[in-house]
Parts: sequence; C-alpha cells; structure tokens
Amino acid sequence: MVLSTVVFTIGVFGFLSRRNIIIIFMSIELMLNAVNINLISLSHYLQDLRGQILAFFVIAVAASEAAIGLAIIIAFFRNKATAHVDEIQEMKG
Amino acid sequence: MLPELFFAYFAFAIVLLSILVITRKNPVHSVLWMLLLFFHIASLYLFLNAEFIALVQLIVYAGGILVLFLFAVLLVNIREELRISRFIGAWPTGLTFAIGLFIVILISIKSFVLGQQGIYTIDLIKKESHIKALGKLLYTDFLYPFEIASLILLVAIIGAIVLAKRRLKG
Repeated sequence: MVLSTVVFTIGVFGFLSRRNIIIIFMSIELMLNAVNINLISLSHYLQDLRGQILAFFVIAVAASEAAIGLAIIIAFFRNKATAHVDEIQEMKG
Repeated sequence: MLPELFFAYFAFAIVLLSILVITRKNPVHSVLWMLLLFFHIASLYLFLNAEFIALVQLIVYAGGILVLFLFAVLLVNIREELRISRFIGAWPTGLTFAIGLFIVILISIKSFVLGQQGIYTIDLIKKESHIKALGKLLYTDFLYPFEIASLILLVAIIGAIVLAKRRLKG
C-alpha cells in the first residue's frame, strides 16, 4: 500500500507540474495504475476476487479515458500547434 | 526471504521508473520508460496470484495505450521540447501539494484494518483455474457493471472519432 501511495503521489506531482499535456495524461495513467496495484494486493490478501474485477473496470475506464484525451489533444493541436498547458489561455463563453 | 527480495526489487523499480517517466525531457523517452514500468507492474501482479490481470495489463496498457501515446508524441515538436524547461513555473506548489497528500494518506493508512477473509482461497483458485473463477464472478455478480463498462467503451470510440475528425468542407 505504501508503494501504491508513492506511485500515486508521483502521479499527482507530474500532473500538477509538467508543461507538456501528453506527460500530464501519462501521470493520470500512473495514478490509475497505483490504484490497481492497491486493489490487486488487497484482493490477494483478503482472498477475494472482487478487487480484481474492480481493477478490470479501472483498466477499461483508463483505456477509454486515454482514447478521448488523446483525441482532444489532437483536435487542440490542430488549432493551436502547441502542447504546453501554460500557453492555453483563451476560453470562449 | 526470497519473496521479500522479489517485492523489494519490484517496488524499488516501480518507484524509480515512475519518477523517470515524469521527469524526462524527451516525451519519447518518457513513453519508453513507461513501457518498462508497465512490465514491472504486470510482474508484480503475477507475484500476487493475478495471472489474468497481468496479461490484460500487458495487452491493454503496453499494447494499446502506449501506442496511442506514441502517436500523440509524434505530433509534438521534439526539438522545441528539448530546448524549453520541462516544468511549469509553479512546480513547487505542485510538489508541496503532492507531499502533503502523501503524508495525509500515510497517516490514514495506519488506521486501516483488514476486512474479513473472502472465500476465494489460493487452493480454490488452483482447483478451478483463475480465469474460470474470475469469469464466473464477472458474469454473475458483476453483470451490470460489466455492461456499463462496455457502454463506456462505446462512448469512448464514438467520442474519439467525433473529436479527432476533420470538419467536412461545405
């Protein structure tokens, strides 16, 4: 569990501090992986398979989140030609 | 002794690799370190008697998501990326926040108590095979969440196509 916490914290740090939006998405994947490690280790120690089922759903959600996020990045990149979050300043509405 | 040694190696490697993932300047290097990280996490799952999840981890993450990430990295101008600094200006705030969260979670872990043991002991899983036990549970108790997950994947497919499609002329 401590391992999972450490990985999650690194993910949070990367999420808050990187400039490149792709690395930020990778940090999100890192956090989801930390959650998975926690779920599966607890499922092992409690001898219960439900944790692994939950890890399945986390993997499915991570996959769809990556697909949607990268599609947003591509659409954004076509308009602005940058991948840095501090250059994204304008909003409408 | 040997299991502790194994776990220590994997824990150390996972922490080191995840730090490498978020600190490399070149996004391609980041993605490749992440590949190694996913392999280590899959081995950790094998070590925790979760063979099927380990395989799914390898196929979905290493095979699917990382390829997507590599495609997206191809869009970034790497020369410019190597020139500018990799963190935003307010990175000490992020670090402080992350360390504070870490301490809070560590404190809350101390008050954690294990629940009661489930029925899926290692002997039962060995007798029935892991995939069979998992499938039985997934298609009976967790049928509705399973269907909802398929719906989420459908939404992801349609959403990705709609978002990344070029607008048609006229």
